[in-house]
Amino acid sequence: MTSLPAAQPGAKKLGLVIDLDTCVGCQACATNCKEWNTSGHMAPLPDHNPYSAGQEGVWFNRVHSYEAGDGEEGRTVHFPRSCLHCETPACVTVCPTGASYKRAEDGIVLVNTDICIGCQLCAWACPYGAREFDDDAGVMKKCTLCVDRIYNETIPEPQRQPACVTTCPANARHFGDLGDPSSAVSQLVAERGGYELMPELGYKPVNRYLPPRRAPKADAGPPRDAGPLPSQITNPLLRWVDKVLSR
Amino acid sequence: MNPAPSIVFFTVASGAGYGLLFWMGLLRPLGLVPGSAGFGVLAIGLALVLVMLGLLSSTAHLGRPERAWRALSQWRSSWLSREGVAAVLTFPPAGLFFIAVIGHTEWLALPAGLASAVGAAATVWCTGMIYASLKPIRQWHHPLVAPGYMLFGAFSGAALLAMLAGFWGQAAVPAAIAAVLGAGGFVLKRAYWSQVDAAPPIATMESATGLGFIGTVRPLDPPHTETNYLLREMAFRIGRVHAARLRRIASLGGFAVPAVLLALAMVSGGALAGVLAVLAATLALAGLLAERWLMFAEATHTVALYYGVDARG
Repeated sequence: MTSLPAAQPGAKKLGLVIDLDTCVGCQACATNCKEWNTSGHMAPLPDHNPYSAGQEGVWFNRVHSYEAGDGEEGRTVHFPRSCLHCETPACVTVCPTGASYKRAEDGIVLVNTDICIGCQLCAWACPYGAREFDDDAGVMKKCTLCVDRIYNETIPEPQRQPACVTTCPANARHFGDLGDPSSAVSQLVAERGGYELMPELGYKPVNRYLPPRRAPKADAGPPRDAGPLPSQITNPLLRWVDKVLSR
Repeated sequence: MNPAPSIVFFTVASGAGYGLLFWMGLLRPLGLVPGSAGFGVLAIGLALVLVMLGLLSSTAHLGRPERAWRALSQWRSSWLSREGVAAVLTFPPAGLFFIAVIGHTEWLALPAGLASAVGAAATVWCTGMIYASLKPIRQWHHPLVAPGYMLFGAFSGAALLAMLAGFWGQAAVPAAIAAVLGAGGFVLKRAYWSQVDAAPPIATMESATGLGFIGTVRPLDPPHTETNYLLREMAFRIGRVHAARLRRIASLGGFAVPAVLLALAMVSGGALAGVLAVLAATLALAGLLAERWLMFAEATHTVALYYGVDARG
């Protein structure tokens, strides 16, 4: 059914919070995502020419790097991009078959690859490029929020998180219920001013991005008097006093 | 957006086919086109062949064409599904119309023809709305897109009808309709182009990344060194020179020149009218193929912003 489930107040909205301040652009999340999902819920993820020129395949998570700002304000920002599990996802409502759906119980947006006809209209409808077509299977594929990990009782509880979150070495990725204002992820978003991508399009993404912290302002005052170097102080007593006071 | 040949051909062929069916259903009861069985077989037959070729071509765009029937289920939310339902619902009255015209069963031809006309209009409207409902593509999410599909379908259908009626020496009425619609198509397409060219982008790299508070955003490293599905499908670019030339071909060759030829056919009558109408219909269809190709090739998708491609296009 591609009509969206009725929005319930206080309903679970599982999603990711991505910290652009600490992301180091190592691509570990993208790699572990590929690794898990190529044998997971939407497996396999195709890879054409993996070891030669013209390599191309389906990835659910892509890490871009940008430069933002100029001069002293300018900085490099690594930017992982994946499905935002929108509250009003047009990728679901445009689907003619009912293959694309949003789960009422936790808000995860999934594709039923057994009935997808591969018309690719959902990929056109997604402003964020979250969906990639599997031309081997002839069906659309997308991030599952690791639905096969987060509820998986056969793996230890600390691992019941999306693959991208567990693998992040910089702790830049957080997973939780963004529909619950008291959850750790919601509090992190409130504390750090987490934001939505392209809110002007009205898709109401669930995932949030935490902005890079501003660099501390450089001291604008006159340069401080550096004073003489210890080697320039000839008097041994004064040199000892300088050494003690410099500790 | 990538102009997939299967979709370009589908939308032009089915638009013309439904346009032809629409005008047959409307004009035949009024006696404004030849009422003979032979003309009916030719006109309704051509309409249905174009529609079926178009629909077949559209399945070539599917990854799993054998599952195409599933597309009829989600008409509550999906314009693509509605298009499929409308297309399927139009076949029975069109088939009855065809049979009634052959047997001169006029009590059936009238309602079946009118029902076919309604179905044809509804189907083409749904086709237009598939594109017009996609917000990430600002050139498609525009109020003139769905009316354009209707107008261009009605125009090419009327031009085909004028061509066929010309063989019977009765091209005047369909030629007059097609000439007016061709002029209308020319005006609408020019207005559409000037509006989409002047409109600001719907999103920027700054809003796509949310990093605008730092300053301007520039791509530094792409996430992959070779191409991918997103870039092939949604960051298709054509040179501006080609776009300008193709716009001239589409607007003059597809609309203006056929409209003039059809107006001449209307006044000339006789064999000359038939020749002019054939030329006009051929030009109109060729021009519409260029128009539809451009409609894809010039459209920009917000995902291209993440790759640093200008969304203004």
